[in-house]
Amino acid sequence: MEELRKKARELLESQAVKVIIGYGKGSSDQARTVFIRKPEAVDKLIQDESCVQNLAVYLLKPEVKALGKPAIVAKPAVLRTILQLASENQIKDGELVVLGISPDNKLIEFPDLKAVEDYVSGLSFEYSDADKALLEKLEKMDRAERFKFWQEQFSKCIKCYACRASCPLCYCSRCVVECNQPQWIPVAPHQVGNLEWHIVRAMHLAGRCVNCGDCGRACPVGIPVHLLGEKLAEEIFKSFGLKSGTKVQGEYALGSWKLEDKEDFIR
Amino acid sequence: MSEFEPKIVAFVCNWCTYAGADLTGTSRIKYAPNVRMIRLPCTGRIDFMLLLKAFDQGADGIIVSGCHPNDCHYTAGNFHARRRWIVFRSLLDFLGIDTRRVYFAWVSAAEGAKWAELVNLVAEEIQKLGPYDEYKNLMSRGIE
Repeated sequence: MEELRKKARELLESQAVKVIIGYGKGSSDQARTVFIRKPEAVDKLIQDESCVQNLAVYLLKPEVKALGKPAIVAKPAVLRTILQLASENQIKDGELVVLGISPDNKLIEFPDLKAVEDYVSGLSFEYSDADKALLEKLEKMDRAERFKFWQEQFSKCIKCYACRASCPLCYCSRCVVECNQPQWIPVAPHQVGNLEWHIVRAMHLAGRCVNCGDCGRACPVGIPVHLLGEKLAEEIFKSFGLKSGTKVQGEYALGSWKLEDKEDFIR
Repeated sequence: MSEFEPKIVAFVCNWCTYAGADLTGTSRIKYAPNVRMIRLPCTGRIDFMLLLKAFDQGADGIIVSGCHPNDCHYTAGNFHARRRWIVFRSLLDFLGIDTRRVYFAWVSAAEGAKWAELVNLVAEEIQKLGPYDEYKNLMSRGIE
């Protein structure tokens, strides 16, 4: 933590960056996001297990961009998000400073995004035990049971779009749910619209989602929406051998194809 | 109560399957009348949302069909579509939506007979599965 604060102070004092996006103490035992703009404020930065949010969500926000060049505190999931954003041409080398945090809370400095890529390639990404157990349970269910499980989950959805707001890769300035000609997704939290919303979200993130799990954490009614991303990431790796958020110039699974893609289900 | 007649919606590409279905007609081949065809420029244009909207509107089965690989009028539209279907099918299955009701096919402009066979097969299979009440019941549910 001291290491991080020292580096943050240096960066701000030398004017190398204008703002540090990091974690600070929030209410109760939760961490909150802090935007540090003065060297004397770096002591607000904290780094411990409570720091779970994917801070990359702020990188593309116009109001954050207006603050100037950022340095971002980045755990492995955030590093993957940064790589994914780079491969989607949303951020470029030199536009931000990445203050990497290793799984054992050590500061890692990256000279450029290629270094992030090299570091990420050496990490293993596993879903949490709870997610693995739930995925396995769902796969063992028969189809009708699975349908019932998800309908029960989606019936809780209040269409607050917290899953979208928390997602660093949901950066469209105009989302499909805001389009009303045609109105693809009904506005009201109706069962069909809820189902369609979660399908659209999963499909638009398929091959892009880095499985940081923030959508599931953000959901106020506790729908495990992040499982959809995890399931599709598995499918995409299995079918096309691609993993999002691992390369600066990554290949988008749904924007590319191979002659030998499987077609055993096509008549 | 009258016997169940499956409602099938087919999303087809303009260049192959639509022309193929035309050939079925001009060849005077008879096939199940349950299918409603929707012609789109290319399978690459068939947004997965269209399929969901078909279920919304009461379809019991869906056919998505276009040019065989390497035959796409736009070179690679069907290759992109194929990838999208692989991912979409996996998502539908994970959500418990009945993937037995969604058929994917390649039917070329010369395969009038294949189109007739395909529609007959789908009509027969959907007839066996019965109406897609699971999905229709969602429609009739109010806002909770």
